[in-house]
Amino acid sequence: MPSETTLEASAPSPQSATTAEPLLRICNLTKRFQTPRGTIHAVEDVSLDIARGSITGLVGESGSGKTTFGRTLLRLIQPTSGSIRFDGIELTALSAREMTAMRRRMQIIFQDPVSSLNPRLKVEHIVAEGLRAHGIGTRRDRRDRVAALLEEVGLSADQMPRYPHEFSGGQRQRIGIARALALEPDFIVADESVSALDVSIQAQILNLLLDLRVKRRLTMLFIAHDLSVVDYLCDRIAVMYLGRVIENGPARPLVRQPAHPYTRALLSAVPQPDPAATRQRDVLEGSIPSPLDPPSGCVFRTRCPRVLPACADAFPPPVPVGPERIAHCINL
Amino acid sequence: MTEAPILSVEALRVAFRSGRGAVTALRDVSISLAAGRTLALVGESGSGKSVTSLALLGLLPPNGQVTGGAARYRTRAGGALDLTTLRPKDFRAVRGREIAMIFQEPMSSLNPLFTVGDQIGEMLLLHADLDAAARRRRVVEMLELVEIPAAASRLGSYPHELSGGMRQRVMIALALVCAPQLLIADEPTTALDVTVQAQILDLMRRLQREMGMSILFITHDMGVVAEVADDVAVMYAGAIIEQAPVSDLFRKPAHPYTRGLLASIPRTDRPEGERLQAIPGAVPPLTALPPGCAFAPRCPLAIPPCDEPVHLREVLASHRAACIRAEEVLAHA
Repeated sequence: MPSETTLEASAPSPQSATTAEPLLRICNLTKRFQTPRGTIHAVEDVSLDIARGSITGLVGESGSGKTTFGRTLLRLIQPTSGSIRFDGIELTALSAREMTAMRRRMQIIFQDPVSSLNPRLKVEHIVAEGLRAHGIGTRRDRRDRVAALLEEVGLSADQMPRYPHEFSGGQRQRIGIARALALEPDFIVADESVSALDVSIQAQILNLLLDLRVKRRLTMLFIAHDLSVVDYLCDRIAVMYLGRVIENGPARPLVRQPAHPYTRALLSAVPQPDPAATRQRDVLEGSIPSPLDPPSGCVFRTRCPRVLPACADAFPPPVPVGPERIAHCINL
Repeated sequence: MTEAPILSVEALRVAFRSGRGAVTALRDVSISLAAGRTLALVGESGSGKSVTSLALLGLLPPNGQVTGGAARYRTRAGGALDLTTLRPKDFRAVRGREIAMIFQEPMSSLNPLFTVGDQIGEMLLLHADLDAAARRRRVVEMLELVEIPAAASRLGSYPHELSGGMRQRVMIALALVCAPQLLIADEPTTALDVTVQAQILDLMRRLQREMGMSILFITHDMGVVAEVADDVAVMYAGAIIEQAPVSDLFRKPAHPYTRGLLASIPRTDRPEGERLQAIPGAVPPLTALPPGCAFAPRCPLAIPPCDEPVHLREVLASHRAACIRAEEVLAHA
């Protein structure tokens, strides 16, 4: 563990980064879990770039592999194969010790603000945990830093001696955000970070993330099942289904004119808060197949309203469907 | 429309005993549900919407108690029952045949030790006079009605062998097998993925049309409300703060909370770059409600008179709101 003493000390430095290069370049990432019942194909051959200072949304239903993907990027889960380049550094080649040092630059915010905060620790210690683990600052420096972080996320410094149960759900999620920001990371994975919140509180947290992104030039992977939320927050959206990214492009065009039949179905299934809305709904039959036994060829073909015999042959290659936009479908 | 409502709840009050004294969870809740219609009861966590449904079904936990008001239910035979005064024994005749319910998590409502066929069959055994073969036929019919593929082959399945969407279909079949007049659905699609939710909402709409039942639909999701409801009651901190036909509520919200709730929902059709209007603060705990309007501490329109008690009142035809400034809210819609 590096023993650094000042707040300004730097984390592992980039080797060959230029600012034009994406902060993260993920190539052919695959994660399979071996279980007694067979192999779970959680993430299958996913390639994705995440540009510096951008928020990329990863959207999908339960069982799509989005959470596994997010954790694999931080190597909280070890990938089966593929490459993760972060600021020019190949993460899959790092030793456990090097990866620990690297996590200073990569943080995660979890869904459940109750179970992800240690109930026995005061807020001050929860937020300072990473600083302490990385040996950053004196005790007093850390305390000042926590005070500033709490103010930044909309809490107040005098709440430092309180315990997590004394806070509401929205406030706990702010604590989780302050903790993730403490190490001044370049990259944050937010995994369903607003899903458990009531809608009026969800809006507070979404706006906080938007503000922090501008202020701190954060790069973020925002994982969610709610397309409207992802559309609000993100620059780009990648849609996952059964371990595969099936469409990827700039957020607004993707949501306004979805190309892939699954993206279209997903969007048309979202109930709109407008009783006068008239729309054609593509109701999908059945539910997502088991990742223990995904369909051959295109993983969506068993539920696809536009399926062709050739869809069983191979997972479709990416087809350009607009500026900086691709979809994996042979029938567009 | 002129028909007497099937359910009429008047000034219902519920309190819970706790270590630190009694906590009032429902404060004078009044709702009315007409035959064949869907009333959505919408609110955020802690608003009291689920307590309302439990109170109507006589399922309050042991420390909870109805402390005032009435819930008049009109039976199929035309009789009147006050659900708040029924004894547990009488409730058994009401639940299932007159009023049925479905919950968010079908896994906790279905018995994991019995097959799907046994559980639905048991309802018929309790409430209908049919022999074994006729019961079996009726169970298969019900599974087909809720669009379970290869229904007859599913009779021997256990709940854990089914997907979440299929379990919710079984739950609906179980609720509807005795053709109840009133279905209370408490967040029935909240645990489901959005594509499966769409299937279940479609199914519920079709069954309502075919069977003519009334639905009290409890949800936190304004999108779901817009899809299913004829009328909407919005709850906040244990009270109803607005009630209106669904199109009026979305087009002309009269309470600042309803307005704030609608403005805080991300919508894919919002103008580019428009920021969500979050409601500041959080819902007050029921143990520390402000003296007047419970929403006043978070309300952008709050003025000193808001510290006085406020009541639901008619602000437009069949549109009620509990806000002294409702007319101004409407004028600035």
